[in-house]
Amino acid sequence: MMSSSMSRSVPWLTPRNTFVAALLVVLALLPVYCAIIGNTFLLSLFTRILILAMAAVSLNLIMGFGGMVSFGHAAYLGIGGYAFGILAKEGFTSGLIQWPVALLVCGLFALVVGALCLRTRGVYFIMITLAFAQMAYYIAIALDRYGGDDGMTIYKRSQFGDWVNLSNKTFFYYLCFALLLGIVYLVWRLVNSRFGMVIQGARSNERRMRAIGFPTFRYKLTCFVISGMICGLSGVLLANHTDFINPSVMSWIRSGDLMVMAVLGGMGTVFGPVIGAVAFLLLEEVLSRFTEFQGIILGPMLLAVALCARGGIDGILTGLRRG
Amino acid sequence: MLKVDGLTKRFGGIVASDNVVFEVARGELHAIIGPNGAGKTTLISQLAGELVPNAGRIEFDGSDITALRVHDRSLIGLARSFQITSLFPNFTALQNVTLAVQAHAGHSFRFWREACKEPELCEPARAALDRVGIGHRADTKVVNMSHGEHRQIELAMALATKPRMLLLDEPMAGLGPDESGRMVKTLLELKRDLTILLIEHDMEAVFALADKITVLVYGRVIASGDPASIRANAEVRQAYLGEQEAVTHV
Repeated sequence: MMSSSMSRSVPWLTPRNTFVAALLVVLALLPVYCAIIGNTFLLSLFTRILILAMAAVSLNLIMGFGGMVSFGHAAYLGIGGYAFGILAKEGFTSGLIQWPVALLVCGLFALVVGALCLRTRGVYFIMITLAFAQMAYYIAIALDRYGGDDGMTIYKRSQFGDWVNLSNKTFFYYLCFALLLGIVYLVWRLVNSRFGMVIQGARSNERRMRAIGFPTFRYKLTCFVISGMICGLSGVLLANHTDFINPSVMSWIRSGDLMVMAVLGGMGTVFGPVIGAVAFLLLEEVLSRFTEFQGIILGPMLLAVALCARGGIDGILTGLRRG
Repeated sequence: MLKVDGLTKRFGGIVASDNVVFEVARGELHAIIGPNGAGKTTLISQLAGELVPNAGRIEFDGSDITALRVHDRSLIGLARSFQITSLFPNFTALQNVTLAVQAHAGHSFRFWREACKEPELCEPARAALDRVGIGHRADTKVVNMSHGEHRQIELAMALATKPRMLLLDEPMAGLGPDESGRMVKTLLELKRDLTILLIEHDMEAVFALADKITVLVYGRVIASGDPASIRANAEVRQAYLGEQEAVTHV
């Protein structure tokens, strides 16, 4: 019990929080470093990491806190991206139109998927989310006007008036960083609010939740929609970042990647998936320099985390205090 | 307060509730007893709305609630506790009870304020924990508590919903003699302001608490009356009490 008395004196100074703070400082200073050494690739890689971290955070909201395992979350990345891309191609270049429309479409899609899959449980839930994602995937392939299988290049990033230029890579990086922090804060408030207590309670014991008077379905559905919209936002950012959108953004492999990020980082906390996204995507990048078969190393690593450290990297860091 | 009329529930060929009729008056503690498999839990599940009866009618406080859903029954003041402890293991005792309070504090589409710091949720929850005598353990995670404490939290949760009537499914199940004694004391106190329907195996507790007892055998009511008349009823003794000699000494 010595450790608990120690942590009481300085409760926030844990190895875990130190790590999170360090990570945030690195992320905040990265563009400066990139400017000094003149490496734009690194900046681009980390922009991608921030964007996918946001998607992982959104997945974690329903999976980690709500117990709703969505195996089709990449669909929202694609739908957000396509909504933006299609509007851009049709001449609607203002972000003030593109972004709300993209979020709205993602929200509606989540509403339909959620209304169906939330009536089921376990494997069926997973299969329905996957089925809808595959449906979105094949619909995108069928969109000949918008590149079909090959996807399409988006020539103009979202316009937000004269003083905001998303094509400025450093600015875009900081925009993604700020949005990620905002989303993390939003989700953190959400899971601790009354709404969040209902969601977490329903994960833990749904039968009891109904017995004490909660109509759980509508809360879970709302949570599902919020998660889909956040993921849609990261889809818009991703398409802006790559200036390109194609169906493979929505493939089930990408959905799997998002799950891996959440599990690897730790589903128990709001920030875990951010750590997971950084770890996963960096590893993938580094490993790809040595071998084409990153899975040979990533796979066993994920197994190790799933078997030995249920709380993911975040859980390991939190555990250090006791160890 | 609660009126059950002709309630029938069949599972395939088995009749778990067979034309059950009884009535619980306001302020009464009404116990339902019966041997294992008599259909007691099936009965309470129908009262709580988890099972839909094949026939019959349930009336609560003058209105027909037969078709009402589980959460709606809870909201009109009919609270149940579970035979098998059914809590939220990774929440603290206080959080468990707070959820129960929250269920009755309007809708929960409130996304911003931290629920655990809202006094209007916490204070009634603390009061309910104090009432069942477990206030000192409020901030302990339920997963780290004993079975006896779980039963008490279970009761606190039912109380926190400010019910007009409690449906208690074997609150003494698995309790040691000391813990049972404490539970009986708590229930005696609750009895003063609440109508209670109690399903219980512990005869000592039933005869210490009940104003009225209904005996269920194979889904059928074979007797109903005050404790003395039940104890004297030959059919009841044969069907049920005969196996439990202890009861004659109560």
